[in-house]
Amino acid sequence: MAKGGDVSIPLASVFSEFGGAIEFLFKAQPSDLDPNTKVGGVSEMLGLLLNHVALSGAAVAIGTAIAIPLGLYLGHHGKGEFAAINASNVGRAIPTLVLLTVFIAYIGVGFVPIMLALALLALPPVLTNTWVAARQVERETVDAARGMGMTDSQIIQRVELPLSLPTIFAGIRVAAVNVVATATIAPLGSVDSLGTPIISGNVYGADGRLGAAIAVSVLTLAVSGALAALQRAITPKGLKMGAEKPRRRFSPNLRRRETATP
Amino acid sequence: MKALKTPLAILAALLLALGLAACGKDEKKEKGGGAGSQQSSSGPPIEKVPGAESKPTITIGSKNFTEQYILGNIYASALKAAGFKVKTSLDLGSEVVAYKALKQGEISAYPEYTGTALTAFFKVPVLKVPKEPAPAFEQVKTRLAKQQITALPTTPFENTFRLALSKQKAQEIGNPKTTSELKGKTADLKISGFPECKKRVDCLLGVEKTYGLKFGGFVASEEKYDVIENGSADVIFGFTTDGELTTGKYVTVDDDKKLFPPYNVSLLMRNETFKEIGPEGQKVIENVQKPLTEKIMGELNSRVDLDKQEPEKVASDYLREAGFTK
Amino acid sequence: MTLAQVQIQKREGGTCEANNGFCPDWIADNLDRYVDPFLQHVFLTVTSVAIGFVIAFALALLAHRKRWLLPPLSASSQILYGIPSVALFLLLLPITGRGSVTGLIALVSYTLIFVFVNVTTGLDGVPKDSVDAARGMGLTERQLLWRVEVPLALPEIFAGLRIATTTTVGLAALAFFAGAGGLGEEITRDKGFQSNIAVAGGLAVLLALVLDLLILSVQRVMTPWRRAAM
Repeated sequence: MAKGGDVSIPLASVFSEFGGAIEFLFKAQPSDLDPNTKVGGVSEMLGLLLNHVALSGAAVAIGTAIAIPLGLYLGHHGKGEFAAINASNVGRAIPTLVLLTVFIAYIGVGFVPIMLALALLALPPVLTNTWVAARQVERETVDAARGMGMTDSQIIQRVELPLSLPTIFAGIRVAAVNVVATATIAPLGSVDSLGTPIISGNVYGADGRLGAAIAVSVLTLAVSGALAALQRAITPKGLKMGAEKPRRRFSPNLRRRETATP
Repeated sequence: MKALKTPLAILAALLLALGLAACGKDEKKEKGGGAGSQQSSSGPPIEKVPGAESKPTITIGSKNFTEQYILGNIYASALKAAGFKVKTSLDLGSEVVAYKALKQGEISAYPEYTGTALTAFFKVPVLKVPKEPAPAFEQVKTRLAKQQITALPTTPFENTFRLALSKQKAQEIGNPKTTSELKGKTADLKISGFPECKKRVDCLLGVEKTYGLKFGGFVASEEKYDVIENGSADVIFGFTTDGELTTGKYVTVDDDKKLFPPYNVSLLMRNETFKEIGPEGQKVIENVQKPLTEKIMGELNSRVDLDKQEPEKVASDYLREAGFTK
Repeated sequence: MTLAQVQIQKREGGTCEANNGFCPDWIADNLDRYVDPFLQHVFLTVTSVAIGFVIAFALALLAHRKRWLLPPLSASSQILYGIPSVALFLLLLPITGRGSVTGLIALVSYTLIFVFVNVTTGLDGVPKDSVDAARGMGLTERQLLWRVEVPLALPEIFAGLRIATTTTVGLAALAFFAGAGGLGEEITRDKGFQSNIAVAGGLAVLLALVLDLLILSVQRVMTPWRRAAM
């Protein structure tokens, strides 16, 4: 460690802290609390990672499974505008910590309650986007389909859904990133995730906490990036976001503002 | 500015309510109720130690659970009443963090358990720690002296681990009185403890090895008795002074093989602080912890965990009720 | 000499709070413990949004003129958005230490994202005709910006401000990881206690809603020509 030189000492300690954190991720180390037991290392982190992904995946799946049909139905019939648009606003006003702890205090701990809380978190972005996208499908297209004899549900499935996919997917992306990020505090509800070394700080130590922070950031960024790439891949060429002509009743600003885009 | 009226009104109402609440603090009704008061030696009222204000500020730390918050506040308030300048740095973390803070001078003192000090700081194997409180304390004192840390005399109470179950569960498995009697009956039982318990020899690991018990699963939780209540676990690692144990809903089993070392509390203090507070300050500390029997500590813990009072208030109430302050 | 009397309560019954329920009496008695955390929370939110807004607005104005700045700035915000708040608080600890400052740094960073995106989008959304007309009338670039573009972009800018504010209230609930206090600290202190969650959580949600309404009202005042979308 360099003596003197005011800048180098703090810098060195910052580097060593991050170095220790990264080392924690790859090499199992003796726990602070009991030298005979090991914490950290690749296999434990992989286990936590798997749990984290499983928890997030289940939550997004359930949230989406409810939000898409609901959004399509309401959007097609032009109902529920207030609820659909403001679902995201209300969702934003509730801190994720509060959402989780309400479930913990009023429902219980464990995988199911926490997963349901996260599913509730995933719902608003997908619902809002689905609704707006369904509403934005051009009148002419819907009329043509009706003229061809399609029933309402057929129209929803074969016309509005495919045309809404890119916007819906954008919503799923937001939901997924939010859920993966929030799953970091799932251990508050006794569910293991990559956030476990952060919440159970005593066992894993400062290195564990910092290491987990790095791991969870990498995961969230990876998920965000992967979904963005996926979105670009599935968007049909003629339908890239912004190419749709908005319906008369909505100002262009509404669409940009109300659909959840990171 | 008509549009601003509604949100401003709500905000004003909110602030008003909070303001009233903050002012109404002193008018709280006294909690009557409850039988029995524990009579114990009344401490002499704390007197100001001459010259205390000129001494450097003392920082009292604590670990991060209820009993520690209460003890930290008791010591801090007592020293404050004696005229010293005191700061608190409670909720440091585990003993590892607290000990490091103590050694590095970030805090001047914190309360530690004799058994924990020996096993955690000096790596004495759990089964080699003296089983009696006095020799255990002597060892702690000697070893810490080498680190320029003074271990003050211990509290009367000991707070050790006790496996606890609900009354029904205990009945189901034949009302065991000791941990040995649990043998063979735990295969279907889930046991819960702090997350670090799973990996500690003075917790789950030790219990499994020493008593040959095999549990149906370990549930990591910061909550103790809640997990029994909501069915996530059947057995938990409770503390002898836990507030919940005073409710009569739970049954604890004896540590008949004496796995767990003694866990009396000793305020660990840096040598220079020990000198600063002088013999009068030392006497204050020793006096203020004398009434702390297992029953009274349990009562104080209950006030925080069951009555949901704040540790600071519980500590100052204790000092008043025990006659140390007015 | 009086004997010390430490009152030992009879606890066989099990009170409302011992069972972690929703207890109005307890809440009324203990409301004062939430005052400081609430004020800390307000401070964290308002300060970080104010600072973040100023910085993001300035950056967006800059990027509006110098278009080459847009991709890198947008990319950085995307990356920052992908870091969970808890992680950011912890990652800053070794660098900026524990305390409000670290909390503010993280919260300002998240505010930047929302405000920057919305200011940029708002300015871009100004109809080209208006810009041309203004130029035709002889307005300087500066006048164009402040008398035409910004006013027309206001709805979008306000939307970004509202999103940033409500989101920041939520993120500030986790600021205790950086040692910055706030309502989150009270929440996690006893997360299984329904009364605690109701009060601390309720206060946080209330704060978000009130601030949102406040900004909406200011928006209505400043843009009376547009019916602001709820």
